[in-house]
Amino acid sequence: MADITFEGPYGRRPRSRISAQNIVIYSVLTLVAIYYLIPLYVMVVTSLKGLPEIRMGNIFSPPIEATFEPWARAWSSACTGLNCDGLQRGFWNSVRITVPSVVFSILIASINGYALANWRFKGSEVFFAVLMIGAFIPYQVMIYPMVILLRELGIYGTLTGLVLVHTIFGMPILTLLFRNYFTTLPEELFKAARVDGTGFWGIYFRIMLPLSVPMLVVAVILQATNIWNDFLFGVVFTRPEYYPMTVQLNNIVNTTTGVREYNVNMAATILTGLVPLLIYFVSGRLFVRGIAAGAVKG
Amino acid sequence: MMHQTVAATETSLAIRGLQLSFGAIQVLKDVNMEIGRGEFIVLLGGSGSGKSTILNCIAGLLDITDGQIFINGRNVTWDEPKDRGIGMVFQSYALYPQMSVRGNLAFGLKNARLPKDEIARRIDRAARILQIEEYLDRKPGALSGGQRQRVAIGRALVRDVDVFLFDEPLSNLDAKLRAELRVEIKRLHEKLGNTMVYVTHDQIEAMTLADRIALLRHGVIQQFASPDEIYRRPVNLYVAGFIGSPAMNFLKGRIEGGDFLFNAHRIPLAGYDGNPRDGEAILGIRPEHTTCTLGNGGLSAAVELQENMGAESVLHLSLEGQRFALRTSDDTRHPEGTRLSLSFDISRASLFDPQSELRL
Ligand SMILES: Nc1ncnc2c1ncn2[C@@H]1O[C@H](COP(=O)(O)OP(=O)(O)O)[C@@H](O)[C@H]1O
Ligand SMILES: [Mg+2]
Repeated sequence: MADITFEGPYGRRPRSRISAQNIVIYSVLTLVAIYYLIPLYVMVVTSLKGLPEIRMGNIFSPPIEATFEPWARAWSSACTGLNCDGLQRGFWNSVRITVPSVVFSILIASINGYALANWRFKGSEVFFAVLMIGAFIPYQVMIYPMVILLRELGIYGTLTGLVLVHTIFGMPILTLLFRNYFTTLPEELFKAARVDGTGFWGIYFRIMLPLSVPMLVVAVILQATNIWNDFLFGVVFTRPEYYPMTVQLNNIVNTTTGVREYNVNMAATILTGLVPLLIYFVSGRLFVRGIAAGAVKG
Repeated sequence: MMHQTVAATETSLAIRGLQLSFGAIQVLKDVNMEIGRGEFIVLLGGSGSGKSTILNCIAGLLDITDGQIFINGRNVTWDEPKDRGIGMVFQSYALYPQMSVRGNLAFGLKNARLPKDEIARRIDRAARILQIEEYLDRKPGALSGGQRQRVAIGRALVRDVDVFLFDEPLSNLDAKLRAELRVEIKRLHEKLGNTMVYVTHDQIEAMTLADRIALLRHGVIQQFASPDEIYRRPVNLYVAGFIGSPAMNFLKGRIEGGDFLFNAHRIPLAGYDGNPRDGEAILGIRPEHTTCTLGNGGLSAAVELQENMGAESVLHLSLEGQRFALRTSDDTRHPEGTRLSLSFDISRASLFDPQSELRL
C-alpha cells in the first residue's frame, strides 16, 4: 500500500461551484443578456398589440388581445414611400441582391485566396498588399467614383450594379480570410496533388474547397448578414423599385403622414431582422458540427 | 547486392549542374548525381542543408534556376511532376483527408484517366504489398501514423513508376514504429527493385537503408559514396564529424616522420589508409576504434561519466584537458576519476589537414 499522508492536500483538488468568481461571472452575464433581450421583448409584445392597447402606455405588459394584424400589414400593405404593398417587395429585392452577391464574392475571393496562398506568382505580394489597402479605406470615400463607374457601364440603378458593388467591396476582407486559411493547410497536400496530376482548378475544386467548409460557413455568415443589413449602398446604387428591405423598413418607420403605427413598425423591424437571425442559428450549428466532425484535420 | 550490379550499367536518374536560388539566396550550388537503376540513394544532412529542395527539384515541384534532370534517359527538366515518372512520399503523409484510403490511392490514376479495372488491379496489388487491405474504406483521420504512412507509400506505389522519392517519411513516427517501417521500406525496395531517393536527417536510417549516401551541407554534396566508405574514409572533417554517434574524436597535432605527435605523445601511423605528409594535422578516431586498459601509462585519460546502454557502454573521458569518447562492449563499471590508458586502431583512423579540412 502506498503511504499517503492524509494531512494536507491529496488526490483531486476540490472545487466549489459557488465561488465568488462564478457569482460575479454569472451575474454579469445575466445582466448583459437582459439588457439585450428587453428591447426585443418590447418589440415582440408591441407588434402583437392593437393600437388602442399601445396607447394605454405600458410597454412591458404582454398583449391582452394578441393580434397578427400588424404583421400582415407590415408584410403586404404598409406604405413604403411610393407604393403601399408592404415589405414583401423589399424582401424579394433583398433576396435577389444578397444571394448572387454572397455567391459571387465568396467564389471569387476563395479563388483569389487560393492563388495567393499556393501559387506564388510574380507580383503576388504586391497584389496582396494593394488588396489589403482596399480593406482599410472607408468605403464612403469610394461611393461617388463608384456611381460614375456604374453609370459608364450602364448598370447604375440596377440590381446587377448593386450586386457588383457588394461583390467588389467584400473582396479584400474575404480574400484575406481565405488566403490565411489556405496557408494553414499543409503545403505537402498541395504538392501531393500536383504529383497526382491535378492542375490549378483541379486542386481548387477537389482538394482545397472540400477542406474549407468551416471557412465557407464563416464567409457566408459574414457576407449574408452584411449585405442583408446594408442600407447605404441600397439607397445610393438602386432605384426605388429595387430598394432592399432595409430601405423600405426605413421608409415605413419614417412616414410622416397619418398616425404612427408602432405595432406595424415593430413587426416590420422584426421581419427585416429575421433573415440574419435565421442565418446565425442555422449556420452557427453547421459551423460547430463542421469543426466537431474534424473537417480540416487529417 | 543484386541491384547494385545492375546499377553500374544503367542510369535511372541523373542530376547535372543543378542550381536553385530563392531570390538572392542560393540554396543549391552545382549538384551533380548519377543514380543507377534500382539504387537506394539517401540524401543526408542537417536541417536546412537543401535535402528537400533537391527532392522537390527532381519531382518538378520547384522551378530550377540552372541545370538538367534526366529520368530514364529522358530530359524532364521542364516537365510537369505528373509526367516525370516519379512517386513521392511526404513527411506529413499529405493524404487527402476528405477521401477514403481507396480514394487517395485512386486519385492520381483517375486523373491519368486509367481504365477502372486497371485502377482496381493496382490498388489491390499495392494494398496487398503494404497490408492495408482492411482500411481501404476508412478515412485517413481514422488511421494511426504508421497506417497513414503506408497509405502514403501506397499512393506512390500505384503510380507504377521507376523512381520513388521519400521526404523524411518516418520522422513523424515514434522510435519503435520508425525502426519497423525502416525495415519494411528496405524489404519493399528489395522486392520492387525501383530506384529510390530518400531524404533523412537520421544517420541510422541512412546507414541501414542506403546503397549510397549523399551527404549535404549548405546545398553542396560533401561526399557521395557507400555507407561503408563514408564511415571508413570520410573525405573531410564535416563528414567525419557528422557520421557516427557519439561523434568521432579529433586530436590536434602534427605528423613527423610517420608518427602523429599529440602533446608529448608519439603515435605511430603504421597501417594508416593513406599517404599523409609531414606537417600540421588532425587525427580523427572513432569511439569504437579506441581500446582502453586500466592504468596510467602512455596516452591516459580520466573517466568523467559512463553511459551504460546494456549491450555496450560509452565512456566520456578527459584526455589532457580535452573531451574524448570511447565505446566498449566490456561491461566493467568505471567510477569517476578512474585512469585508463588508451590505444587506437590506426588502420581505421582518419587524418585531416587543419586548413583545407580535407582527408590526408
Ligand atoms: N520557399 C523558400 N524561400 C526561401 N528559402 C527557402 C524556401 N524553401 C527553402 N528555403 C531555404 O532553403 C534551404 C534548404 O531548405 P530545405 O531543402 O527545406 O532543407 P532540408 O535539408 O531541411 O530539407 C533552407 O535554408 C531554407 O531556409
Ligand atoms: Mg526537409
